[in-house]
Amino acid sequence: MCGIAGLFIKDPKLEPQLGALLSKMTATLCSRGPDSAGFAIYSAGQDGKTKLTIAGPTPAYDIETAAKRLRDAVAPKAPVATHYSHAVLTLASEQIPKAKAWLEANLPEVDIVSEGQRLEIFKEVGDPDDVAALFGIGGMSGTHGITHTRMATESAVSTDGAHPFSTGADQCLVHNGSLSNHASLRRMLEREGIKIKTQNDSEVAAGYLTKQMRSGQSLEGALKSSLNDLDGFFTFVVGTEKGFGVLRDPIACKPAVMAETDQYVAFASEYKSLAGLPGISSAKVWEPKPATVYFWERT
Amino acid sequence: MPNIDLSKTPVRELNAALHRLTPDTNETLWTVSNPGGEHSIAAGVDADITISIQGNAGYYCGGMNKQATIIVEGSAGQGVGENMMSGFIHVKGDASQSAGATGRGGRLIVDGNASARCGISMKGIDIVVKGDIGHLSAFMGQNGRLVVFGEAGDALGDSLYEAHIYVRGPVASLGADCIEKQMRDEHKAELHELLKASGEAFKVDVSDFRRYGSARKLYNFNIDNAGAY
Repeated sequence: MCGIAGLFIKDPKLEPQLGALLSKMTATLCSRGPDSAGFAIYSAGQDGKTKLTIAGPTPAYDIETAAKRLRDAVAPKAPVATHYSHAVLTLASEQIPKAKAWLEANLPEVDIVSEGQRLEIFKEVGDPDDVAALFGIGGMSGTHGITHTRMATESAVSTDGAHPFSTGADQCLVHNGSLSNHASLRRMLEREGIKIKTQNDSEVAAGYLTKQMRSGQSLEGALKSSLNDLDGFFTFVVGTEKGFGVLRDPIACKPAVMAETDQYVAFASEYKSLAGLPGISSAKVWEPKPATVYFWERT
Repeated sequence: MPNIDLSKTPVRELNAALHRLTPDTNETLWTVSNPGGEHSIAAGVDADITISIQGNAGYYCGGMNKQATIIVEGSAGQGVGENMMSGFIHVKGDASQSAGATGRGGRLIVDGNASARCGISMKGIDIVVKGDIGHLSAFMGQNGRLVVFGEAGDALGDSLYEAHIYVRGPVASLGADCIEKQMRDEHKAELHELLKASGEAFKVDVSDFRRYGSARKLYNFNIDNAGAY
């Protein structure tokens, strides 16, 4: 099972509602994946600044203090925003390597969930509705976002194992399905210098796309290559700083439905999840074809 | 004329009410409003009634249907009419994967497109799709008829037994043991009857369709065919 959804907003008037609409989409997907939930939100960013979203080993961990220690060590004036068990630091981009090195040396238990000019990822175990409420997703604005409700199959129920996975700046992926060649791919990616932190097959998929893009491919090209190199079942929804893409495996085992209006493009595992979107009754609704890349980009 | 609003009433209550109907019921016309893509709407009905669903339905709409006429005034999710025994389901929009899967009887009409695995393992149902169908349709079809006005995706009729397949548009590829067969007069007559029952008689020409069926080489295991299984 697992439920995935994504919303790419075309009409800026809808941007303040991104989080509210995404959490409403997740609410109807709880039955597909009650183990954990995650949200990737692309909100406003500043040139030359990078957002680092960090999380501790458990929700009880004092992430706010950890984030402030990191800030004081790296950039004393940088803003820190705490959202439940995660904290987002906005740093000058050139400070990122120093911040990462400091974290590894001083707070190795703290995980970097995402890094990017605009991307913030929030994920936690538990009922997806509760997770959305704890992080305050409903109040967030942005241009696009993707979300996942997980039914664990390939790896443990843990915050690390929750989606979305981000293996490159401003890149993230949610996956519904299971990959059968993730072990060999993981070894290949690790040899190529892509760090895979968990035993989760979906993180391997995210790492694979990152590797393809680092080799100079566009996201569209990377998605196309994955049709040749990934075995198993998958429906992917991916985000980049400007874009939003969807891909299903050639058998198209996992469900998918899309909707488009002048205001947005939306993806979900089930139509039920799209039913609450504004103007859905007059939207173009269709099922994405197998082995076909769908991609939208902000202009 | 019961009208059930699914934004207020759970599907479970609707289905329980439908399941309670007796053969002599006077409640023969049901309207289901605000379906909102809910799953299993009007599944397991066994009564000679008409159910009009005023919007898009989720998975397994009208699954296991017996006798009832179910009209979806929108699109339907996966498995619409799955394992239907008798009756009639009419989807006015598109249908998702596995439409009419394993159906043993009755008739399913989709005005739009159906997705992958349409009529997979069909066992006696008649399916008429006025648009296109996806890959692996009629996979392991055992009995019944599948009529497609548009195109068919890859591996049509893979491992087919005795279902009859009529497609007007191009077929991306045929599955193992599925071949194109001659369209004889008896097949034109059969297709005409199916079109008539779908309200399309004389609107489309039966001669435009091509017939596909089983080559019957995989019925019994033969080592020479091992590569095809």
